[in-house]
Amino acid sequence: MALSYEKVIEKYEPVLGLEVHVELGTKSKMFCGCSTEFGAAPNTQVCPVCLGLPGALPAVNGKAIEYTIAIGLALNCSIAPFSRFARKNYFYPDMPKNFQTSQYDEPICFGGFLDVKIDTDEGVKEYRVEIERVHMEEDTGKSLHMGGATGRIHGADYSLLDYNRAGIPLVEIVTKPLTGTGKYAPEVARAYVSELRDILRSLGVSDVKMEQGSLRCDANVSLRLIGAEKLGTRSETKNVNSLRSVERAVRSEMIRHAGILDKGERVIQETRHFHEDTGETTPGRSKEQAEDYRYFPEPDLVPVAPAADWIEKIRGSLPEKPSVRRKRIQEEWQVPDKEMAAMINADVLDQVEETVKLGADPTRARSWWLGEIARLANEREVPAASLPITAKDVAEVVALIVRGELTDKLARQVVEGVINNEGRPSEIIEKRGIKVVSDDSALLQAIEKAIAAQPDVAEKVRGGHIPAAGALIGAVMKETKGQADAAKVRELLLKHLGQG
Amino acid sequence: MIYEKSATEMATALETGEISAVELTKAHLDRIAAVDGEVKAFLYVDSEGALAQAKEVDQRRKAGEKLSPLAGVPLALKDVMVQQGVPTTCGSKMLEGWRPPYDSTVVSRLKAAGVIILGKTNMDEFAMGSSTENSAYFPTHNPWDLTRIPGGSGGGSSASLAAFEAPLAIGTDTGGSIRQPAAVTGTVGVKPTYGGVSRYGLVAFSSSLDQAGPCARNVLDAAYLHEVIGGYDPMDSTSINAPIPPVVAAAKNASVKGMKIGVIKELQGDGYQAGVLKRFNESLEELAKLGAEIVEVSCPNFEYALAAYYLIAPSECSSNLARFDAMRYGIRVGEGSAEEVMNATREVGFGKEVKRRIILGTYALSSGYYDAYYGSAQKVRTLISRDFENAFTKADVLVSPTAPTTAFKIGEKSNDPIAMYLNDIATIPTNLAGVCGISIPSGLAEEDGLPAGFQIMAGAMKDERLYQVGAALEAALNSKWGAPILSKAPKLGAK
Repeated sequence: MALSYEKVIEKYEPVLGLEVHVELGTKSKMFCGCSTEFGAAPNTQVCPVCLGLPGALPAVNGKAIEYTIAIGLALNCSIAPFSRFARKNYFYPDMPKNFQTSQYDEPICFGGFLDVKIDTDEGVKEYRVEIERVHMEEDTGKSLHMGGATGRIHGADYSLLDYNRAGIPLVEIVTKPLTGTGKYAPEVARAYVSELRDILRSLGVSDVKMEQGSLRCDANVSLRLIGAEKLGTRSETKNVNSLRSVERAVRSEMIRHAGILDKGERVIQETRHFHEDTGETTPGRSKEQAEDYRYFPEPDLVPVAPAADWIEKIRGSLPEKPSVRRKRIQEEWQVPDKEMAAMINADVLDQVEETVKLGADPTRARSWWLGEIARLANEREVPAASLPITAKDVAEVVALIVRGELTDKLARQVVEGVINNEGRPSEIIEKRGIKVVSDDSALLQAIEKAIAAQPDVAEKVRGGHIPAAGALIGAVMKETKGQADAAKVRELLLKHLGQG
Repeated sequence: MIYEKSATEMATALETGEISAVELTKAHLDRIAAVDGEVKAFLYVDSEGALAQAKEVDQRRKAGEKLSPLAGVPLALKDVMVQQGVPTTCGSKMLEGWRPPYDSTVVSRLKAAGVIILGKTNMDEFAMGSSTENSAYFPTHNPWDLTRIPGGSGGGSSASLAAFEAPLAIGTDTGGSIRQPAAVTGTVGVKPTYGGVSRYGLVAFSSSLDQAGPCARNVLDAAYLHEVIGGYDPMDSTSINAPIPPVVAAAKNASVKGMKIGVIKELQGDGYQAGVLKRFNESLEELAKLGAEIVEVSCPNFEYALAAYYLIAPSECSSNLARFDAMRYGIRVGEGSAEEVMNATREVGFGKEVKRRIILGTYALSSGYYDAYYGSAQKVRTLISRDFENAFTKADVLVSPTAPTTAFKIGEKSNDPIAMYLNDIATIPTNLAGVCGISIPSGLAEEDGLPAGFQIMAGAMKDERLYQVGAALEAALNSKWGAPILSKAPKLGAK
């Protein structure tokens, strides 16, 4: 019987360590000129260098260095005036050279921090996550294990190798052990990855798509008795691929560790795999016997020694920090905390801001993205940002509403049409023949018809019983097939019955 | 015979129309056919490719194009250098049948200059060895005495020059693999400054030590070849972004008057064959006669060079050779899991010396041993660089015998790796410090009548000094002997 989370945090303090791998959005790979485009046919984006053919040599992609320095600066790191690549030696078929070129004891960025906020029942809490290092490395190829039950290499009939990913620049961002988060550890872990993702996106250095693996998080979790000094044994949950999963994986590991420790047993140092369906982790590779990667400085590359003025130039061109931007937006638009948090959680802040830039007022822009669009996204179980509706579409719809050419109800039909890939708003309005009936005479005709059909109701309204007007308005709306502006109908009806 | 001429003379004959590139190439292919059965310098002769290249050079010349000085002159390529479509084995079973899909930078530059590539020469497997006996295919024989080794690892290249199968060759030198073969075959070999010639497409043995360079029968020929293959290459991050040192001009302006020549105290005496030392000292006398000042310098840390080398080179090779795993190219042996196939293939594909070095290097890099072995070796490397720096404040170039002995018998040292490693005792410090060195013939040792080598070393990117001093000494010795040393070599192909 698993312990309840409440029991866990009564007794234990969690210590977190988060390692985030980010695929950089450079056009070419880390050490050669091959394209990094996602989704190409297997083994079409390869050359002697990234295939590790005999004799081929790496040459560092300057853009990757620039991006990494930008990440380091955005995370308040120091930039090493001199850093080196090393070789991490181990055999695996999807690694062409059987060593990975990576930075080891001399990373390019070190000693930074990132402040994150979480919204709790006790109010907004802020935590400082200290960054140990930010370093560069190359990605491996991909193995596809065919046959067998598990999709893992053991038990597979054969394996297919795709080296398109081999050599794609990766940046690894490693935190120092994070203590003091207590029961909020899962939320802090999620907030950290989320904030980091926003920063990376604002820097334009990666498309940070967790579901495509361009941002991957390994979560290290250990527990120690509250008040204890010594760190407990950690487990390392690999490749957690959504923000929600980060939170769930940390929570699940905390509960699992506590269960083991409560029984007086020992947590095994190992990698774990998180399963979205069960919300639990299963064991991977044991790390009890530390693997010996025989690191040594990569002799084929010269040290990375970025000039001080180049670093300052990169610093000077850093965009507004997401936290600063959020603060500015909240103040400019006067958004309540809860709604601000909702936009961030739904990951639509960019879209809302863009919609506002295109002329919509912030309240309407927000309510569309958090309302109808979010609802449709939920229905389809995808993030709102991935729907085929753009800020431009929403701004157009809002403008039509403001001009009285669409009612809210009609606008919802238009938005749904856009999301169903029926075209842009103007096309849908035309195709579906959506049009607000705003012609007073046409409306009056419908009103008179409604009154004639329900003279007793009309009499009640005339007599001052205003709520009774609802039935008549409903009849008018029905008559006009919902294309009338309800407020307008109400205004005309009451006027007509001497109550305007 | 035309094939006995120097590369420079061949170039002149081509330029004046005395001979066509096709004729010259055919003459060499015929020579190879006649003598290589005895010498076994070549692993692969690319007759078709060479003739096609020669034909193109002839056409370009006929069209009045301005060609590079060596256009149409044939060359032998060490099999560690990849050439598109031409089998490249590195002397190993591991790569049997592999035809690279790309050209090394050296090959691209040779092709662009119209140098005709005759084929690939034999070598110790993955350039590990000093005798070419470690070739997985067959040993190469020294043209001076077919029962003896031609040096290594580039024994195929040096033997092809001494046997007049090619006037030019490409070698690679990690600890002496260009210079020691040159010494024992009576030819010239240059290890340029590290970074002076691109390593792109040179199958790596030890990345921080490997350096490709020119091999020839005289200093000026080597200089011309050096200028073809040298210079910056963005594909090799360790290549030096600076103009090629003016080596041809230096070889032509071969004066040593007023130069200080430093004799390295630690690279003579015990372990050096008497006849080798005698020729070395005679060469010093010649240089003194030409107006150079001979001084003695000390490089106390050279004592540790061999030990440091046999940690650094195996460490790097253990990682560089990891890619030979049967997954993408080369041979594949066994069945079962990927790991089983890798194991079986590496067991069969690598020879004994290669395995020895992989195991040594794997051990030296292991956690807990790294500092004591690889770390200490790197410190020694720094000390050796300092020794060179100090010595170069006292002398313009440094000199030593190239190899402690003349060519030994095939099989003589096969079972004694340490004795084999000692061949490179005088050449290794240059690689560890990244500076440059040349070996030129100093004469025949009295006791065995075999060639000995004279090594000249200069500071980084001072390669022109090697050629300046080398050409001066070569001219003095040739005039003393009455002819270049190779004229004294036994005639091959007589039977």
